[in-house]
Amino acid sequence: MITQLFVVAEAAAEETKHNPILPIWQEIVVGTVAFSVLCFVLMKFVFPQMEKTFQARVDAIEGGIKRAETAQAEANELLEQYRAQLAEARTEAARIRDEARADAEGIRQDVLAKAREESDRIIAAGNEQLSAQRESIVRDLRAEIGTLAVDLAGKIVGEALADEARTRGTVERFIADLDSAGTAGRR
Amino acid sequence: MIVQSTVLAAEFPPSVEDFYLPSILPWGAENNYWFTKITVLAWVAVALIIVFFLVTYRKPQLVPSKKQWFAESVYGFVRNNIAVEMIGPRGVNFAPYLTTLFCFVIFMNFFGIVPLIQISPNSHIAFPAILAVISYVMFIYVGIRQHGFVKYVKNSLIPPAPWFILPLLIPIEFFSNFLVRPFSLAVRLFANMFAGHMLLLVFTLGGFAMINANALLAPVSILSWILTIALTFLEFLVICLQAYVFTVLTASYVQGALADEH
Repeated sequence: MITQLFVVAEAAAEETKHNPILPIWQEIVVGTVAFSVLCFVLMKFVFPQMEKTFQARVDAIEGGIKRAETAQAEANELLEQYRAQLAEARTEAARIRDEARADAEGIRQDVLAKAREESDRIIAAGNEQLSAQRESIVRDLRAEIGTLAVDLAGKIVGEALADEARTRGTVERFIADLDSAGTAGRR
Repeated sequence: MIVQSTVLAAEFPPSVEDFYLPSILPWGAENNYWFTKITVLAWVAVALIIVFFLVTYRKPQLVPSKKQWFAESVYGFVRNNIAVEMIGPRGVNFAPYLTTLFCFVIFMNFFGIVPLIQISPNSHIAFPAILAVISYVMFIYVGIRQHGFVKYVKNSLIPPAPWFILPLLIPIEFFSNFLVRPFSLAVRLFANMFAGHMLLLVFTLGGFAMINANALLAPVSILSWILTIALTFLEFLVICLQAYVFTVLTASYVQGALADEH
């Protein structure tokens, strides 16, 4: 500013040809036309286009954000749903496991009871059979002993007149017969 | 720099006449201003800006390419950091004009430090004056359309103050709002560019003047030229700042015109 004033003063003293503070009308015309052209082109073709692009960009970004929010909400909902389903499945599984355990216990008890019953039954049948056999053996023996006794008595009576030694021999023979018969009968 | 000084064959100290270059067409004519370096540069600025934006924004993509991003960030800078910041949501309507203004001013200013060009059309007051007049007409028009003529004049002239100060304040308000604003807008830009060019001239030509006067002064000449380079960087700062200031002030005037109260 100071330099300019100084220059102006100096110029005014030395030169009267040009005054820098007075505009040249030709330059005003040229400047006006040039600047008008510039304004026309830029304000008509360039900057409105830029505003449009800005707007489109804002829309795109906002649309994107909205889409993302929707997707996020959807995902959250799904997640909740899955969690609920998972919890349900867990309780279901626990329930089924408990049931199975109870069933298994029941089955085990049943099987045990059945086995015990079976063994009792088998033991009872065995006992019965044993006593039946014993009865029949005793009956057989009784009949055989009668026969034997009759045989012995017959032999003793038959040989009563023989000597005593013979008698003794007969008795011994009878007992030996008895023994061998008893062994054979036992076998 | 050497080329420039030999082309201009300017003597030291530089004067205002160094800003008024001979005409290009017809070649060398004095005082013929239709086709000079200044007007050519103005057209070049317009052409470069148009080409830049049309090329970078020919096929806009939602996901921008590097060039498109750059063009958008220029517009976005003025739109968000100047128009919307100063004027509010309605500033979006003014963003196209403000961006055009910003680009035009910064390009025109930038010629001031481009090697071998090194003069800005804005150092001729005609160009800043046009822009200032447009801003002036624009903010008054916007104000009248917003409030109606009477209310707008009342809004802008009568500050909320005790009645007995008003006779003093109203002329001051009128002076500052309707007389000084366009003038200060134009002169601020013009003077900065003018002074910048003059500074570069002084240091460049001063170097030549000293080395011609005495060979022993050569180191000082070199220092002077180094300073020219440093000043060029300073000029770059001034260029950006002035373009920004011009745009911000225009936006602020529009905001003032749109505002409900003083």
